[in-house]
Amino acid sequence: MPTIFGVPMQALFGQLLLGLINGSFYAILSLGLAIIFGLLNIINFTHGAQYMMGAFVAWMMLNYAGLGYWWALLLAPIVVGIFGVILERLLISRLYKLDHLYGLLLTFGLALIIQGLFRNEYGVSGLPYAIPSELSGGQRLPFMFLPNYRGWVVVASLVVCIATWLVIEKTKLGAYLRAATENPTLVQAFGVNVPLLLTLTYGFGVALAAFAGVLAAPVYSVNPNMGADIIIVVFAVVVIGGMGSILGSIVTGFTLGLIEGLTKVFYPEASSTVIFVIMVLVLLVKPAGLFGRTA
Amino acid sequence: MLKRLLLASALCAAAATQALAQTPVKIGVLNDRSGVYADISGEGSVAAARMAVEDFKAAEKGLKVEIVAADHQNKPDVGASIARQWYDRDGVDAIFDVPTSSVALAINQVTREKNKAFINSGAGTADLTGPQCSPNTVHWTYDTVALGNGTGGAMVKRGGSTWFFLTADYAFGQALQRDTTEVVVRNGGKVIGAVKTPFPTADFSSFLLQAQGSGAKVIGLANAGGDTINAIKQAAEFGITEGGQAIAGLLIFSSDIHALTPKVAQGLVLTEPFYWDLNDATRSFSDRFAKQAGGKKPTAVQAGVYAGVIHYLKAVEALKSASDGGKVVAKMKDLPTDDPLFGKGTIRPDGRKIHDMYLFEVKKPAESKGPWDLYKTLATIPGADAFRPLNQGNCPLVNKS
Repeated sequence: MPTIFGVPMQALFGQLLLGLINGSFYAILSLGLAIIFGLLNIINFTHGAQYMMGAFVAWMMLNYAGLGYWWALLLAPIVVGIFGVILERLLISRLYKLDHLYGLLLTFGLALIIQGLFRNEYGVSGLPYAIPSELSGGQRLPFMFLPNYRGWVVVASLVVCIATWLVIEKTKLGAYLRAATENPTLVQAFGVNVPLLLTLTYGFGVALAAFAGVLAAPVYSVNPNMGADIIIVVFAVVVIGGMGSILGSIVTGFTLGLIEGLTKVFYPEASSTVIFVIMVLVLLVKPAGLFGRTA
Repeated sequence: MLKRLLLASALCAAAATQALAQTPVKIGVLNDRSGVYADISGEGSVAAARMAVEDFKAAEKGLKVEIVAADHQNKPDVGASIARQWYDRDGVDAIFDVPTSSVALAINQVTREKNKAFINSGAGTADLTGPQCSPNTVHWTYDTVALGNGTGGAMVKRGGSTWFFLTADYAFGQALQRDTTEVVVRNGGKVIGAVKTPFPTADFSSFLLQAQGSGAKVIGLANAGGDTINAIKQAAEFGITEGGQAIAGLLIFSSDIHALTPKVAQGLVLTEPFYWDLNDATRSFSDRFAKQAGGKKPTAVQAGVYAGVIHYLKAVEALKSASDGGKVVAKMKDLPTDDPLFGKGTIRPDGRKIHDMYLFEVKKPAESKGPWDLYKTLATIPGADAFRPLNQGNCPLVNKS
C-alpha cells in the first residue's frame, strides 16, 4: 500500500474527509460571526452560547413537543434567531457608537449568563439526541466507514454557506447589506432602514449558529459547555480568514478543518493548538487576514 | 447564599439540642460545582453529606455539625486557597470529596501542613495513597489502579488481548493508561498503540478511525466526563462495536451512562464501587437522595461522600474532638467501617479505604426498565483483590518488610 510519511494513503483519505466534516462546523459558525462583524462591528462572543442553544432547542422540541430532527433543523434557528433579534434590540443596539471592547464585554457576559442558566437547569453531563433514522447507518467506502449523518453535515453546511454567499453577493438585499457595511450613513440617506437591516442581520447570524448547533446535536454531547470550547477555535478561523470577509470565513473554515484533521494523524497532541499557530503566522505576514482588506 | 443557608439550617439544628454538651465539627465539601465534574460530585455531594449527618444522628450523639461548600473550578490553585482559608479562618476541621486529581493532590498537601483531615471521594489518582500518601488523608471511593484492575483484567479475560488507548493528554489520563497497561500485560494481553488526545476534545472521530485501523480488539478510553461521553457516542456512530472491536470505558459513572442512554452505551463494560440498584440499602438511600437532587440517582462519588462523613463522625465521636486531624484519621483507620452503601470494610495504613468493586455491563435498551436502570452486574471484585497491594504503592507510611 502506498504511504505518505509512514501513513497509509487510505487512512489519510479518511482523515481528510473527517477534517472536512469538522470544517463544516467551523465554516457555518465563522460565517455567522463574519456577517455580524462585517455589518454590526460587534465581536459576537455569544455565538458559542447561541450554537449551544440551537442544540438545546432541538432537544426541547423533541422532548416537550415531539418535533423531530427535520422540524428542529428548520425551527430551532428561527427560535434562536428571534432570541438574537430581541438581544440586539434591547442591548447590543445601544453599543454601536462605542468602542469594540464594550460589545465584546457585553456579548461575553451574556454568553456566561446563558451557559450558567442552562447548566443550572440541565447539568453538565449532556442530553441524549439520536441521529434521525433516515440518516443512521453508513457507507463502507474503500478507505473508511462513513456514517451517513456525517456526509449530510458536509452537504448541508455547503448548501447553507453557498446560499448565504449568493444572497450577499448577488441579490439586491445583499447589495444593501454590503453598502451599509461600507457606509451606513450614506445608505440611510438613500432611504434604506439601516437599523432594521442591522437587527435582521444579527438575527440571521445567530440563526446560522443555531443551525450548526442542531447539526451538531446528534454527534456531539448536547451540554451547556459545548459552545464554549468550539467558539475560541472559530474566532481564530475568522481572524485567519479576515474579520468580516464572507468568502474568507467559508474557505478558511473548511481549510482549517482539513489541516486540523491532518494534524490529528501526524501529531495528535498538537491538534488543539495548530489553528492558533497558523493564526499567529498569518497575522505576522498578513495582519488583515488571508481574505481581509487592509483598512 | 448557599453557604449561609446551610449555616442557618445547621444552627437551627444545633439550637434544638443545646441541652447536651456539644463537640463542634465543621465539614467542608469542596468540589466542582460548574464544570465537567459537577454532575458526578457538585451539589449532590453536599446533599449526601447532609444526609450522612442526619442519619448518623449527630446531634443526639453530642456532635454539633456544620457543613460548608465551595467550587474549586477544577483548578489546583483555587482549591488550595479555599482550603487554606477554610482551615485558617473559618475553622473547618475536614475537607470531603475533591474530584480532579491535580486539585486533590494540592489539598492533600495543605491538609497535612495544617494537621486537618482530608477524606477524598472524587479523585482518581492512586498516588494519593502511593508516593504522596499522608497521615491526614483517606482515599475513599476508587482509584486508577482499581479501575484498571477491574475493567482491564476483565476485558483481557473475555478475549480482549490487544489494546489501543485513547488517552486524555494530562496527568490523570496518563496515570490511568499506565495502571491499566500494567494489568493488561500481566494478564497476557498486549498494547499495540495509543493516541494522546488534547483535553478536552469534542470530536473523536479521527482518533477512533486510528483505533479502528490498528485492528486492536479493545479500545481503552483513558479519559473522563465529557470526553468519554463524546468518544462513546461517536464510536457508536462509526460502527466500532459492530465491527467487532470492544470499547472499555476506564472511568465512567452512572450519570455519564444516564446521559448517553443504554441505546448508545449498551454492552460497555466498566468498573464502579457503587451503583444505586445494588441492594435494598442502596436503593432506599438512592430514593431519598433522588428526592433532594431533582430525581437524580447518586453517583459513586456522592455515595463515597456519604459513607466517608459517617465514618469520620464515628471517629470524632470516639475522640470527642475534631481539632487534631491526624488523630481523627488514625482513629478512622482503627475503627472498622460499616455503612449501608459500601458495607463492611477497613482503611489501610496508607489511607486506602478497602471495599468491593463491581464489574458492570450496560444493559441493552430492551432490558432497561427506566431511565436509571442502567447496569447488570458481571462480577464482584473482592476488596482484597481490587486495590493495589499495600506494599507496592511506595507509600512512606508503610513499612516495607
